[in-house]
Amino acid sequence: MRASFNSLFDLSWARVFAVFLKELVQMRRDRPTFAIMIMMPVMQLVLFGYAINTDPRHMPAVVEMREDGPLTRAFLASLAQSTYVDIVAVTHRAEDGEAMIRSGQATFLISIPEGFERRLVRGERPQILIAADASDPVAAGGAIAAIQQVAMQAFAPEFQGSLAFLATAPAPYEIIVHRRYNPAGVTSFNIVPALLGVILTMTMVMITSIALTRETERGTMENLLATPVRPLEVMIGKTTPYVFVGAIQVAIVLIVATLLFHIPFTGSFLAFLAAVTLFILANLMLGYLISTVARTQMQAMQMTFFVFLPSILLSGFMFPFRAMPMWAQVIGETLPITHFLRIVREIVLKGAGFADVAGDLWPLSVILLALASLALLRFRRTLD
Amino acid sequence: MTDIVIDVRGLTKRFGDRTVVDHFDLKVPRGAIYGFLGPNGSGKTTTIRMVCGLLKPESGEGEVLGFDVLNDSLKIKERVGYMTQKFSLYEDLSIRENLEFISRLYGLDRRAERVDAALSDLGLAERQTQLAGKLSGGWKQRLALAACMIHEPELLLLDEPTAGVDPKARRDFWDAIRRYSAQGVTTLVSTHYMDEAVQCDSIAYIAYGKKLIDSPTAEIPKQIGLYGWRIAGRPLMRAQEMLEALPGVDLVARFGAEIHVCGKDSVALERAVRAVKGAEPHVEIAPIEPGFEEIFIYLMSGAMDNFQ
Repeated sequence: MRASFNSLFDLSWARVFAVFLKELVQMRRDRPTFAIMIMMPVMQLVLFGYAINTDPRHMPAVVEMREDGPLTRAFLASLAQSTYVDIVAVTHRAEDGEAMIRSGQATFLISIPEGFERRLVRGERPQILIAADASDPVAAGGAIAAIQQVAMQAFAPEFQGSLAFLATAPAPYEIIVHRRYNPAGVTSFNIVPALLGVILTMTMVMITSIALTRETERGTMENLLATPVRPLEVMIGKTTPYVFVGAIQVAIVLIVATLLFHIPFTGSFLAFLAAVTLFILANLMLGYLISTVARTQMQAMQMTFFVFLPSILLSGFMFPFRAMPMWAQVIGETLPITHFLRIVREIVLKGAGFADVAGDLWPLSVILLALASLALLRFRRTLD
Repeated sequence: MTDIVIDVRGLTKRFGDRTVVDHFDLKVPRGAIYGFLGPNGSGKTTTIRMVCGLLKPESGEGEVLGFDVLNDSLKIKERVGYMTQKFSLYEDLSIRENLEFISRLYGLDRRAERVDAALSDLGLAERQTQLAGKLSGGWKQRLALAACMIHEPELLLLDEPTAGVDPKARRDFWDAIRRYSAQGVTTLVSTHYMDEAVQCDSIAYIAYGKKLIDSPTAEIPKQIGLYGWRIAGRPLMRAQEMLEALPGVDLVARFGAEIHVCGKDSVALERAVRAVKGAEPHVEIAPIEPGFEEIFIYLMSGAMDNFQ
């Protein structure tokens, strides 16, 4: 006992120092990993510290004005000043507002009915109708509460003088909120289809990120390059098997979503298949691009996470996309998952078809092509 | 069909500011077994990689199998069998799977037939389902050779193919190389073994990226111009230690119960040997003609670094 106890603590500081120095030298030689280790926390703090906002503001809203009077104009002005909603359009036609909320251009549709002022003055408690895209309950919730407040503040200065009798409690008008697409505000309806995107991103990127790196690490790259095989052949040959792995994952998620979460699948299944195929391919190319850069599997893993975190935090998966600052939205637009999330929510929850999701299908295709081209350009045909 | 299979001129490769291969010329005729010698880090592997298009030279030009070495590397790759220094087939594939993978990459017809033939040629037929990673060093070499021969290349580039392989396996390996040579296959092989070097038709010796010798193997002793003395008797160990410290002595090698001392300067060498005889009167000394063994020990030891 005693001997083994001693041997446990019988360490040479000289050897410890030797190992320490060696690690230090190796770390210095491994520049990319070192850079990632330094950059990762910085980027995360900067990106997510500003981007994440559980009190969503600046949600796009379309206002359907059936009446144009001093009271409604005051309400509109006050709404425009509030930071909760950004009025992206004012329309007089009901169809315009409906179309914008379906396509995701607006999260809220605020309707002021005809004869609002007249009925207000008569004390008939007219209604202001708010239709909210509640497919993301977090995004909708905060703003719905805020709009009530905004309305109160908007009308308060107007209810003076001859209109002072309207400054009553309860308010002389009624705000009716319709939660569209997810009326019960079930978070899982929003999260589960989106999780498909997260799972595919995680696994597809990670698995292909070591595709070439492993060859280089094991020394088999030299033999591969000595054969007449072409870069595109390597790329297609190495990524295709994972298209099938992705397909299996999609099937599993769909089955679980239906059986456990009772997610309604209301839209076009064909459009869904097209989107999911593009998305899997884009992720595979992203991983493959990483593997043309990373020199060790360790580096490949770290780069994968470098992609993975913004995919969760800046894509609209975890936090409302529209509530993020502009620059964060720009980064989000370059991520395949951002477009996939919109498509999958629109198809699964809003019953969208090809035409409705076209606006996100083509960016996904552009991203896929860009990633594949970059990866091909990065592929080193020689050992240089 | 040209009769010079490798004809490269002025190949130069730098890694950073270090020149690894410096203005390297080489002409290898069809069917030859060309030995590539030099100490570790002298640029042998880099040269071979440039010849088969795995590295882009900074400058230089030439043709391999009649194709431009700079621009036609895909065509060269199709006709060259390159065996890497380190085993570079897939350890998690079986022997047969590896060969099939390679033959698919070369787009070969009659694949199963060729793989069968290669397996039986190299005596691997019974072990074809074994994982390549489980093979011993010698068997891995055989598999690697089979893999780089499967597309019937006209030129074999072998980078230290027998390093760490037992003598029997090495002999088998060289028998195979000579068989291919008889069929008209050209071979450029780098090696550290002198018994392999003497089997080559010609030898190129490279040190610090510069080619120092390039001639038919038989003419090498004459070209180097080494002088030698034989020392026997006792105390041999002391004599050896003294010799190693004296000027004019380029090589001291133990051969059983005697020492062979060699040097390029015959006068300085004789002076050194006689000084030892003076200090240790019991040893016997006699001049000898250095043979291949002394020459190659001399070459391998890197003593040629300051040749020119």
